[in-house]
Amino acid sequence: MQAVTSDGGVIIDPAALSERRGSPWDAVRLARDQRRPHSIELIGSVFDRFQELHGDRGYRDDPAVVCGIGELEGRAVVIVAQQKGASTDENIERNFGMSYPEGYRKAIRMYRLAERFRLPLITLIDTPGAYPGPEAEERGQGEAIAKSIQVMSVLRTPIIAVVIGEGGSGGALALGVGDVVLMLENAVYSVITPEGCAAILFRSAAEAERAAMAMRPSAPDLLALGIVDGLVPEPAGGAHTDHIVMSASLKRALVAQVERLDRVPLADLLSARYDRFRAMGVWVDPGAGALAERSRPWWRRMLNRARL
Amino acid sequence: MRLRMPFRRGKTEFPSHLWTQCPNCGEMLFNKQLVRNLSVCTKCEHHFKLGARERIALIVDSDSFTERDATLVSGDPLGFTDSKAYPARIIESQTKTGERDAVITGDASLGGVPITLAVMNFAFMGGSMGGVVGEKITRAAEHALSARRPLIIVSASGGARMQEGTIALMQLAKTVAALTRLGDAGLLFLSVLTDPTTGGVLASFASLGDIILAEPGALIGFSGARVTSETIGEKLPMGFQRAEFLLERGFVDQVVPRAQLRDRLAFFVAACRLPVAELRWGL
Repeated sequence: MQAVTSDGGVIIDPAALSERRGSPWDAVRLARDQRRPHSIELIGSVFDRFQELHGDRGYRDDPAVVCGIGELEGRAVVIVAQQKGASTDENIERNFGMSYPEGYRKAIRMYRLAERFRLPLITLIDTPGAYPGPEAEERGQGEAIAKSIQVMSVLRTPIIAVVIGEGGSGGALALGVGDVVLMLENAVYSVITPEGCAAILFRSAAEAERAAMAMRPSAPDLLALGIVDGLVPEPAGGAHTDHIVMSASLKRALVAQVERLDRVPLADLLSARYDRFRAMGVWVDPGAGALAERSRPWWRRMLNRARL
Repeated sequence: MRLRMPFRRGKTEFPSHLWTQCPNCGEMLFNKQLVRNLSVCTKCEHHFKLGARERIALIVDSDSFTERDATLVSGDPLGFTDSKAYPARIIESQTKTGERDAVITGDASLGGVPITLAVMNFAFMGGSMGGVVGEKITRAAEHALSARRPLIIVSASGGARMQEGTIALMQLAKTVAALTRLGDAGLLFLSVLTDPTTGGVLASFASLGDIILAEPGALIGFSGARVTSETIGEKLPMGFQRAEFLLERGFVDQVVPRAQLRDRLAFFVAACRLPVAELRWGL
């Protein structure tokens, strides 16, 4: 129904990027670069009069999720963002951007708030994944993420999700069910961290580089696969080289998308959001037919041939 | 009488096609007896993993199951290769299990009530959810919605299928959106968690049942043991992530022994039926 147009400086043609690409592993390293602008910094320069809101009203305030209300060119919006640190100390405070269940429950509170007052919702995704420790398990990490995805999928207000650095697994998708999903040019978005994939498939986290190559988590690949709608251009050399240019570029993209989605009737918006995710997945239906036969050892094949 | 193999070194005391050792209590179980006891250890009640077809036969009224979307097979969107190419891995799993992917969906009746059922198969690539599993579960939910039937999903999965990368992740959003529509239409969704239900499956449809049942001792958790120890450098304590633990923490409604599962499901399906008058309103 609504194709993302190139206004707002967003790149929507994967061919336009072909000559600028490094390997997927370079992309992962760049996306994790500590000097990249993180959520709080971007919020500060993109939105005016941002007021942070705290707590999930159930357990505690998760510092890995930052949310609140701000203004985007005079339009009030709700912002939900994942925060990584720019230094080791800050990273420990923010738990390296890995949320606990209460972080997702705080996000859900914000989604509801956005829905009630029909404020556009903007999410900034930057996490290696949801926190996998015992406390998180005990408080229902899986349930919190599932509920967050569910609330977003039927939320009666426009949603713009932007992967600004690392989008890792369900922990990222919990903020990622948008009408429009954008990525910064050097961000990555994957089903699991390359280390996690390597730990499971290759039984060693040291194989992360190989896993990254195989999973193809970089922004141009995902644009080509149709998982994201557009890429927000970064300054030459990456977002960390010029934070001011980066936030100006992000702001331009967000303003254009909010303006565009504001004009779409709500019923169309919701059915387009459903169809957007409904269309994802690759399968073939060859019809009924026998499955491939179990391969037989060479001596059995020889025996059969001898009989004929 | 069995002929002794003269070249075979070391005798196996219990030939594995006849006997299975219980991993929990170490009891040697006669296979025929184990099957008759619904693959539950007769001594310690350890619940062995159950194949999808056996599970369907266990739950639904006899001969009432008709399969839907049986012929969908997975594509290879990324050209993924780890130690083996992804299409080769699929063919290997297909020949091993005789199924086309990790879920079987279809219509059946349960205690005389028509239902839609989806049962995951852990034997097929760890029950992982890729494009086919996501599509079949979504179709099952959409079908249940249009036919106004309750939906039962029996989960047994390690999570999203890494071989399909971010596309596999998007199946979480796709299935959840379809189930949300089912719930908004006032239809019942029963989620049954069996050993194991982890990762992306727990973080999507499995956690969203109106009623969530679990099998005794089933491993249920968001992050797998290997990922946890790689990320935080410590191991989860024993008995963590087990069905009984989740019951205690309030994330599961009941832990139901396998022998009672069918009756319990039939009770909930019958109890949460819409009255006929309501049905007319809904249409």
